[in-house]
Amino acid sequence: MSYRAGQRVRVAERSHDGHHRTPSYIKGKTGRVERAHASFTNPETRAYGRDGLPEKDLYLVGFAFDDVWPGDSRHATDRIYVDVFEHWLEETA
Amino acid sequence: MSHHDHDHPHEPVAADEPPPGARARALEELLVEKGVIDRDDVRHRIDWLVSRSPADGARLVARAWVDPAFKERLLVDARTAALEVGLDPGPSPVVVALENTDAVHHVVVCTLCSCYPKALLGPPPDWYKSLPYRSRAVSDPRGVLSEFGLALDDDIEVRVVDSTADIRYLVIPRRPGGTEGMSEEELAALVTRDSMIGVARAAPPLLFKS
Repeated sequence: MSYRAGQRVRVAERSHDGHHRTPSYIKGKTGRVERAHASFTNPETRAYGRDGLPEKDLYLVGFAFDDVWPGDSRHATDRIYVDVFEHWLEETA
Repeated sequence: MSHHDHDHPHEPVAADEPPPGARARALEELLVEKGVIDRDDVRHRIDWLVSRSPADGARLVARAWVDPAFKERLLVDARTAALEVGLDPGPSPVVVALENTDAVHHVVVCTLCSCYPKALLGPPPDWYKSLPYRSRAVSDPRGVLSEFGLALDDDIEVRVVDSTADIRYLVIPRRPGGTEGMSEEELAALVTRDSMIGVARAAPPLLFKS
C-alpha cells in the first residue's frame, strides 16, 4: 500500500472509457486517507470478463463536505468517505 | 424488443415486463444456455439472500452494546467478529462497522449501484437502490436524514460513507436511553434495519413494551 492513514491525496481528474468505480463527484477533489483497506481485483478489467489481476490497493478516503460541494453552509462540519482504488489517487502537498 | 433476429430458442419476452426484469431474464437464459451457471445456482443464491435479515446485524450491534471488548473487536474487524458469534459475514473479505456516537453520525450509501451488507441485513430496501437516495445522500445528507425523520444537531458531524467497492459497511447505532438492564435479546429487537444503514436511530424501548 503506497499511502497510509492520515495522508493527503487527490483523486485523479480524468475520464475513463468504460466501467470504473470512482464516482465523478470526487474527481479532482483532495481528501485524506482514513483507512488503507487491502488489495482487490480490478473492477475495470473484471467487468469485461477478465480476471482483474493484478490486484489494486483500496483506500477509504475522507473529504470535507465543503471541498466536494463548495458553498453549502448546511453541511459545514460534515464529511464524505469514499472507497477509492490506488491508481485513482495522486500525492498532494 | 419486437424484432427477433437471432436463431436460438427461448421463451418470448413479455411486452408488459419492465425492462430491467426482462433484461435479467434474458441474461439468465443466456448464462444457463452457455453453461456458465445453472438453475440451481440461481435458486441457491436467492435462497441465501432471502434467508438473511436485519436480525443478523442486530445481533452484532446488541452484543457490542453489552460487551465493550466485543465492540472493540467488531470495530477492528467486523468480519471476524461476525464469525465469532456464528454469523456468515458474506462473500466480502472486508466488513467495516462504523460506530455512531453523540458526536459523529454515519450513514451509508452506494452512489454507483446498490452495494449493501446483504449477509448481515438481508436484501436492501427499494429506496436504498433508488436514484434520489443514491444522489442526494452525498449532496444533501442532512436533508435526506430529516426526510427519514432524523433531525441531527448542528454539532454532530455527519459522515456519509459511499460504498463504491468491495468493502461492506454496517452502522452501529447509539444505544437508546432507558435500556439499562435489558437483555441482549431484548436490545437486539431495538436495532432496526434503517438504524444499521444510518438513516434512523435505534428504536426506543417503549415502542416494544406492551
